[in-house]
Amino acid sequence: MSDVMVDVHGVHKSFGLLEVLRGVDLKVRAGGVTVILGPSGSGKSTLLRTINHLEKVNRGWISIDGELIGYRRSGNKLHELKEKDVLKQRTGIGFVFQNFNLFPHLTVLENLIEAPVSALRRPRKAAEEAARRLLDRVGLADKADAYPRQLSGGQQQRVAIARALALEPKVLLFDEPTSALDPELVGEVLDVIKDLASTGTTMIVVTHEIGFAREVADTVVFMDGGVVVEQGPPAAVLDNPRHERTRAFLSKVL
Amino acid sequence: MSSDTITSPVTQLAEDPAELKVVPARHYARWAAGVAVIVLVAQFAHGLATNPVWEWNVFRDYVFSETIVQAVWVTLQLTAYATVLGFLLGTVLAFMRLSRSPVLSTVAWTYIWIFRSIPMIVQLVFWFNLSALYKELGVGIPFGPVFWSVDSNTLIGTIGAAIIGLTLHQAAYAAEIVRGGVLSVDHGQLEAAAALGIPRLRQIRRIVLPQAMRAILPTAGNEIIGLLKGTSVVYVMSIGELFYQVQVIYGRNGRVIPLLLVATAWYVVLTSLLSVAQYYVERRYARGANRTPPPTPIQRVRRFVAARRLAATRQLAADRRVVAARQPTEKT
Repeated sequence: MSDVMVDVHGVHKSFGLLEVLRGVDLKVRAGGVTVILGPSGSGKSTLLRTINHLEKVNRGWISIDGELIGYRRSGNKLHELKEKDVLKQRTGIGFVFQNFNLFPHLTVLENLIEAPVSALRRPRKAAEEAARRLLDRVGLADKADAYPRQLSGGQQQRVAIARALALEPKVLLFDEPTSALDPELVGEVLDVIKDLASTGTTMIVVTHEIGFAREVADTVVFMDGGVVVEQGPPAAVLDNPRHERTRAFLSKVL
Repeated sequence: MSSDTITSPVTQLAEDPAELKVVPARHYARWAAGVAVIVLVAQFAHGLATNPVWEWNVFRDYVFSETIVQAVWVTLQLTAYATVLGFLLGTVLAFMRLSRSPVLSTVAWTYIWIFRSIPMIVQLVFWFNLSALYKELGVGIPFGPVFWSVDSNTLIGTIGAAIIGLTLHQAAYAAEIVRGGVLSVDHGQLEAAAALGIPRLRQIRRIVLPQAMRAILPTAGNEIIGLLKGTSVVYVMSIGELFYQVQVIYGRNGRVIPLLLVATAWYVVLTSLLSVAQYYVERRYARGANRTPPPTPIQRVRRFVAARRLAATRQLAADRRVVAARQPTEKT
C-alpha cells in the first residue's frame, strides 16, 4: 500500500467514562472502497466521525492525503487547529449522514451549491452548472427546484450524496447511508454508491449491507469493542473469518 | 337468519349505495348557545352605538386630528426602534448564552436575569434620570484617560432615553425567544453544515436562523404586539406618544371616554396590521416545511368563489337537462 489516502493511527476516543475507540489503526488506499462492519456500539460510526473531525480524538492521529486532520504538528506536539481551518479541511472530505440532514428550507439546487459558493468561493453560476450535472448523475435532474421534504427518502439520500460530491472531495465517508430507508428504496442509493466506486472515488462506508460489501468493497473491516478485529478482501473476511467474534457477527446478519 | 333481517332493509332500500341520502346530526344545544351569544353581542353593539357616554362625535373629531396622528407616528417609531434594536441585541445575547465560553454565557445570563427582573416603567425612569447617574459620557481607555466626552442629556434626550429603555428591556426577552428558536433546530443541521465546511457565521445566518425563525416568529409576534402597547408606559417620561397625548387632551376637555376610545381604536388597528404582517412573514419562513403550503386567506376566498361559480354553472346545466327531459318529444 504505497498510496495511502486515509491513515488512521492509534486512535482513542472516549465519551466521559465510556471508551468507544480503543486504539484503531486503518489504512485506506487511494481509489479504494472500504466497508466497515460491526455490531452496534462497536465504534464504527464514531471512527467515521473522527475522520472528518466531527469528533475530536483523545489520542492518536488521522491524516488524509498526508495532511493531519484537526491538528498541526510542530516537533513532538500536536496543536489543535482553529475551527476555520478545520472547516477548510472538511471541504476535502465528503460526509453522507444516516438521516440525510438536507437543509429543509433550501431547494435541492440550493442545498448543492451552498458549500461550494460559501466555503470554496466558487462563482454561483459555475456551481449551479456543476450541481445540475451531479443531479443528473444521481438521476434527479428534474428535482432541482423541489424542497427536500417533497422527495422520498431514497431521493433525499441521493441528493445528500450529490451535495457531498459538489465539493469534489478526496474522500467520501458514508455513515449507514441506507439504514433510515424503507427496504425498497435501499437499492437506488446503493446503485449510486456502486457507480461512484467504479469511478475510482476513495470511499469508506459504514453499513449493514453485507451483500453490498461483498460486491463493491476491496477491503472489509470488522470492528468490535472499539478495535479493528480483522480486515482484508471481502472473500477472506466474509467467507473465511479468522476470528470468533467476526464469525459470530456474520452468523447473525447473514 | 338474524343477520339477514338486520341487513335486508338497507339492501332493499337501495341497491346503489350512491342513492342513500346522508342526514347530518342536529345539534340543538349548540344552536341554542349560538342564539344566546348572538343576543348578548347584539346588546353590546347596541349599547356601543346608542349609549351617549361614548360620545362618538368627539371620537370622530379627534381620531384623525393632527395631534393624534402625530402621536401615533411617535408610537410607531418607538416600536420600530425598540423592535429592531431589541432583537439585534437579543440575537447577540442569545448566541452569547449558547457560546462555549463561560464568560460570554454568564454575562448574557446575568443581563437577561437583571432586565427581566426590573419592571419596564422603573427602568424607564432610571434612563430618564440618566444625567444624574452619568453626567458625561465619553470614549477612552477603560479605567484610563478619556479622549472625547459629551453631556449625557444632549447626547441622548428624552426620546433616546425611551428607546434605550425599551430596547434593553426588549433585548432580554428577545434573547430567550431567539435562543429557544435556535435550540429547536435539529442538531444534524449544524453537523451537516460543519461537515460541508460552511463558514461559521454563514452556518448561523443561512442554515440555523432561517429554520429557527419558524419557532421564533409566533412568540416574536406576541412580543412586538406587546411592545407596541407597552410603549404607552413611556407617558411617564412626557413623550408625545399616543397614550400621553390622549391624556393631555382629556385633561384639558374632560372627555375621558371618547378619547380613550380614540387610543383604543388606533392600538387595535396597528395590532391588526402587525398580525397580518406576521401571518405573511411566517408563511415565507415555512417554505420547504410542508409538501404543499396552505393557501393564504385571499387565495382561499378566490378558490371558494371559483368553486361556487363552477357548482352554479353545473347546477344550471343539470336543471336544463331535467327540464329538457320532462318536456317529452313534442317537437319531434
